[in-house]
Amino acid sequence: MADNVWIIGTAMTKFGRYPDKDVLDLASDVALDAMADSQTSIHDMNVMAVGCQFEPFTLGQKIQKQIGQTGIPVYNVTNACATGASAVRTVIMAIKAGEADMGLAIGAEQMSKPGFIPQMGRPRRPKFEPDGRFGEVMPIEGVLGTDFMAGVFAEAGTAYAAEHDGVGFEQFAKIAEKNHLHSSINPLAQYQKVFSLEEIKASPMQAYPNTLLMCCPTGDGAASIVLVSEKKLKTLDPDVRKRAVKISASVMTSDPWVEEGQVQPDVNTLTRLAADQAYEQSGVDPQDLDLVELHDCFATAELIHYDNLRLCEPGGAGDFIDSGAPMRDGKTPVNVSGGLISKGHPIGATGAANIYEVATHLRGEAGDRQIPDAKVGLTHVIGLGSACAVHILEKQAV
Amino acid sequence: MGSQVPIVDYLVIDDGAPYLTANSCEECGALYLDRRNACAKCGKTAFGKKKLADTGTLKAFTIVHRAAPTVPVPYVSAVVHLDGGGAVHTNLVNIEPDPEHVQLNMPVRMTTYTAGVDDDGTEAVAFGFEPDGSA
Repeated sequence: MADNVWIIGTAMTKFGRYPDKDVLDLASDVALDAMADSQTSIHDMNVMAVGCQFEPFTLGQKIQKQIGQTGIPVYNVTNACATGASAVRTVIMAIKAGEADMGLAIGAEQMSKPGFIPQMGRPRRPKFEPDGRFGEVMPIEGVLGTDFMAGVFAEAGTAYAAEHDGVGFEQFAKIAEKNHLHSSINPLAQYQKVFSLEEIKASPMQAYPNTLLMCCPTGDGAASIVLVSEKKLKTLDPDVRKRAVKISASVMTSDPWVEEGQVQPDVNTLTRLAADQAYEQSGVDPQDLDLVELHDCFATAELIHYDNLRLCEPGGAGDFIDSGAPMRDGKTPVNVSGGLISKGHPIGATGAANIYEVATHLRGEAGDRQIPDAKVGLTHVIGLGSACAVHILEKQAV
Repeated sequence: MGSQVPIVDYLVIDDGAPYLTANSCEECGALYLDRRNACAKCGKTAFGKKKLADTGTLKAFTIVHRAAPTVPVPYVSAVVHLDGGGAVHTNLVNIEPDPEHVQLNMPVRMTTYTAGVDDDGTEAVAFGFEPDGSA
């Protein structure tokens, strides 16, 4: 049986815009903060993994040149919006394999620099010649549906509504209302503003049913996690041990074949697989969860993941939000950080920041937004394509 | 008048009515709109062609209000599950682009139209789906 893995250090930047810093500053500073939080230094680390979707070329080695070049292996990972969680899991796997007893995971992204938004699709060509695997002769965005994210996830939400009653514009708007409200007491959130249900519904429509206030913003940010083996943890200072958080499950999945998957990315099946494996690994029941940070890139996404993560009765995601269950004072608080919708979504940082959030509550250090007496929590991210990571964290004595 | 070409190669426009086609795994029957090196469902590598139905059911949609400047909005993007198997991503056409008119699970039928013309006058023929009044 592989050794358990524990979190001993966490840090994240406030998400937002950092015009005077680059992604290397964000990543390096947050790594130093996470190591300080765990009373360790780069010289204690045996392995390092760095997640960044848009600056993937040896960013880890560049970070080492800022925080310490010690010759340890560093893995630069990308996995779309699951990139940060993939970096954390890379370190977990190295520790579980016995190749390392302590490691550093970093997720970082900078999306607010001018010119960042890439040109989508192909420009009009003067002569129609078939191109690519579908033999396209001209741009198909807006002709054969949309592949832009707000629309793709809107379709994921309406696909759920096609199969289950009680899901509509109102339910999606309530999710955004909740997450904006939650973010108002999170000083690390990119936005901390409360919006009424009416304001959310009346904000500019992007891709029905997602209005602007139901969509995550782009932004900059970073998060870092220091991980250790249980054997190593037992040798550390009592002050470090008493703040340690156990990783009771760490799971990654990709999307298995389903017929419509080639035209509508299936974000459901892989999430269900990951959740079921995580509950099995940890012995935790969905009913036991004190808080959940899940991948609400759009309000439509959060709703379907209530069901995929087994937080509600099958088909009951509409009732779940209507009942107030995912509010911070509800049965299963979801996205008490404000979620991607309001905390922000610097892509490479997101999966590590979710783990930061849950670990901070389990340590009892979440300040005004603390979920009282939180003992077990779940994090979930999806990278479209697709990659899903689920982690279950627990407060335990060691 | 110039010639016509399909906007994508899984739309067939020959002398008869336009239709959609898919690569079909000889082993398990899984359908693919693009070419695959091996079947993503079963792993076998032999494929044939299958003509797809021109009718189906609306299983998901979004009404796009914000797009690149070259794309007229609002328009309805849709996922249609075809009768007899297969699914396509398409625009829903000949319908008011509002949530009162677009009904989930409604029957739809394929239609074609000219989506663009190149410098030689060649027309790109696209497919869309519209409410199926006959269903």
